[in-house]
Amino acid sequence: MTDIAGADAPVLRLDMTSDAAKRRIRKRYAAEARFKAYGLAALAVTTLFVGALVFDIIRNGIPAFTQHSLTMDVAVPDDLVPTATRSDPLAIRGADYFPVTRDALKAAIPGIESRRGERTLVRLLSTGAPDVLRDRLVADPSLIGKTVKVPLLLSDDADLYFKASSTSIVKRGGIGTATPSGTTGEITILTSSNDFAAEVVTIKQAAKAKADALAIEAARLTTFGGQSVAQRVTEINAEIAELKARFDSPKIEEILDAKLPSKLVEINGGLVKLTKITDVSVTGEVLLPLASAADAKPGDWKVVTYTTAESNRKVSDQEVAFLERFREKGMVDRHFNTLFFTSGDSREPELAGIRGALIGSLLTLFVTLVLCLPIGVLAAVYLEEFATKNRITDLIEVNINNLAAVPSIVFGLLGLAVFLNFFNFPRSAPLVGGLVLALLVLPTIIIASRAALKAVPPSIKEAALGVGASHQQAVFHHVLPLAMPGIMTGTIIGMAHALGETAPLLMIGMVAFIVDVPTALTDAATVLPVQIYLWSDLPEVAFKLKTAGAIMVHLSQKEV
Amino acid sequence: MDMSQQTLTPEKAVTQQVPTSAKVVARDVNVYYGEKHALKDVSINIPDKSVTAFIGPSGCGKSTFLRCINRMNDTIPSCRVKGTITIDAQDIYDPALDVVQLRARVGMVFQKPNPFPKSIYENVAYGPRIHGMSRSKADLDQIVESSLRKASLWEEVKNRLQESGTALSGGQQQRLCIARAIAVSPDIILMDEPCSALDPIATAKIEELIDELSQNFCIIIVTHSMQQAARVSKRTAFFHLGLLLEEGETNEMFTNPTNEKTQAYITGRFG
Repeated sequence: MTDIAGADAPVLRLDMTSDAAKRRIRKRYAAEARFKAYGLAALAVTTLFVGALVFDIIRNGIPAFTQHSLTMDVAVPDDLVPTATRSDPLAIRGADYFPVTRDALKAAIPGIESRRGERTLVRLLSTGAPDVLRDRLVADPSLIGKTVKVPLLLSDDADLYFKASSTSIVKRGGIGTATPSGTTGEITILTSSNDFAAEVVTIKQAAKAKADALAIEAARLTTFGGQSVAQRVTEINAEIAELKARFDSPKIEEILDAKLPSKLVEINGGLVKLTKITDVSVTGEVLLPLASAADAKPGDWKVVTYTTAESNRKVSDQEVAFLERFREKGMVDRHFNTLFFTSGDSREPELAGIRGALIGSLLTLFVTLVLCLPIGVLAAVYLEEFATKNRITDLIEVNINNLAAVPSIVFGLLGLAVFLNFFNFPRSAPLVGGLVLALLVLPTIIIASRAALKAVPPSIKEAALGVGASHQQAVFHHVLPLAMPGIMTGTIIGMAHALGETAPLLMIGMVAFIVDVPTALTDAATVLPVQIYLWSDLPEVAFKLKTAGAIMVHLSQKEV
Repeated sequence: MDMSQQTLTPEKAVTQQVPTSAKVVARDVNVYYGEKHALKDVSINIPDKSVTAFIGPSGCGKSTFLRCINRMNDTIPSCRVKGTITIDAQDIYDPALDVVQLRARVGMVFQKPNPFPKSIYENVAYGPRIHGMSRSKADLDQIVESSLRKASLWEEVKNRLQESGTALSGGQQQRLCIARAIAVSPDIILMDEPCSALDPIATAKIEELIDELSQNFCIIIVTHSMQQAARVSKRTAFFHLGLLLEEGETNEMFTNPTNEKTQAYITGRFG
């Protein structure tokens, strides 16, 4: 209603009371509520995914931080190291410890005579198990010839068995009196009651079900006719007949194979793995020797079931028997996995650690930081504060922005071509890794630093110039310190980016299997993300845990 | 000093004025921002140890001219300055002259208080330190104290010199900026609307301060407030559309302006 509107212009008033106005308000409220709901939903979904990821990593990774050992009395023979050379640590280190630990194991479970059983027993220990003993003896040579109590590291499969048992074990007492035919090798056990009727019935029922299924298959095939079909039908009928013979006569003994849950009998302090079974007598292989072949009264012997079939787990029945025996004896000891943090990579999962990768990462990042912080910040200061704006600086600016978007593998190729092939720098070295990552991170730091410098109010620079500071003094005394928080944020983002980078390092050979912990910038090394990548590729289940554990370390490192 | 009322021709002015007490002498100053002709043929003599006010509507070129006197316009890439400005008969656009030394001699106080985000002490001590004015900590302490005293801020801040300068109130910040400017003992202090962001009480304090400082310094102040110009300045220059229309004794100009535009502006009919 100003004079511009003119006298006959319609009167426009703010309408706040009509129905249309109320609808407008309701619509606005609804839109706001909707937007809030979208936001909450997005937040919830993100939290869910992140939560699931973190939960999964932690659940998988936590077991990697513990380890199991067998605490054993190891008798160190006096002639392990000749008396004359006992003052020399190298001589003690050079001794052969394998027989010592082997004998200790055999002493722990006496009576294993078969070569196979012995080999299985020895393989329960890690190849690195004697290291603890060796270190103990090097530290105190007077222990040679005495009995030492040391924790011997278990192999990865045995360790995993204790972390997450691959089978559950069910035991029930025997009803009749059991009579074993011997104490080792293959023996037969007769019982006075039909102790194994239930097992036999289960197996025979399975056979019957299979026969029925085959009968249906045969019936289906006969409708087609033809020679090959006829032959197949004959085969099936033969199989049916065989199965029928089994389930028709209860007295025929059934064979337990590796596809069925393992049945064992615990009797007279030994353990027998059953291979053939009828309701009153069983034949089996002795896994743990029996103390005697005497009769066992009802309740004194037990039928043991490993519910997971042997073919479905990594540890054999024999190994389970050994490990359970060790557990009963209280020799199994769970402890923090210090090796994970103190050793380099290894082909044996129980010996593999992240120290090499961790140190490699630190050395690489050190090189990156030393190079790209000063170069990046000074480049940003020059471009932002000193460079005259012309076509060349525009070109440089565009190129820096483009570099930030270049795929990291390209920087790897550049590193390969320039640093390795042209300058002949050592392969797999943190020095080269750091150089390549510095190139990768520089654009990020320059862009972030320029933004931070631009955000400093010009009045500060004017104030400095006003009291007679030169341009350079104004920038370095006042503008740069104020921009520092922003520059640091950019640098940290850049370094976190570099820390997690894998692709360019593959190109310069930091993906190799490196056991030694690097000590210098030119030593062969790998970095944590590459180590994770390498481990995730390995078939051993234990490496899966290690991968998750390494990811946890990596993430916590990034948080810092 | 009896010159003016109208801008004089350079020859006449130089011959007449330079030997007298004029501190700053500008002759035919033209300033261009790229294509824009911001200041046209400005010639003026500014006396020492007094306050000269530049008034005029927004965009008239008064701040531009002020920033020519300490070459602050150098920081704007598109800005070109023609003509001569001399301080104590020395051409400040002489290529041989060090602009940093010039700015140390010509202090500046800005429209918005802009203390460094450092301690009060550091704010004042920064200028003397970079110019090597003090040999010892005691010297520096003494400079800081005397500067803060001259800026009538000492009593308020003497117990918290290590606190951040940005924690002070607006008026205190502006006085801190003045203390910072006088710490390097300049000959001239340029003030670009120093009170426009302050409340009347703080403004009154600053004006009182300007009055005191004018006994020792040549002060040039740009202001939008006619009353302020009338209160603090001895001489006034009126700018309009890049031209210096009128210049003279403040009393005379406010009571009896010769230019009709000046009269219109002073009486509030435009601007």
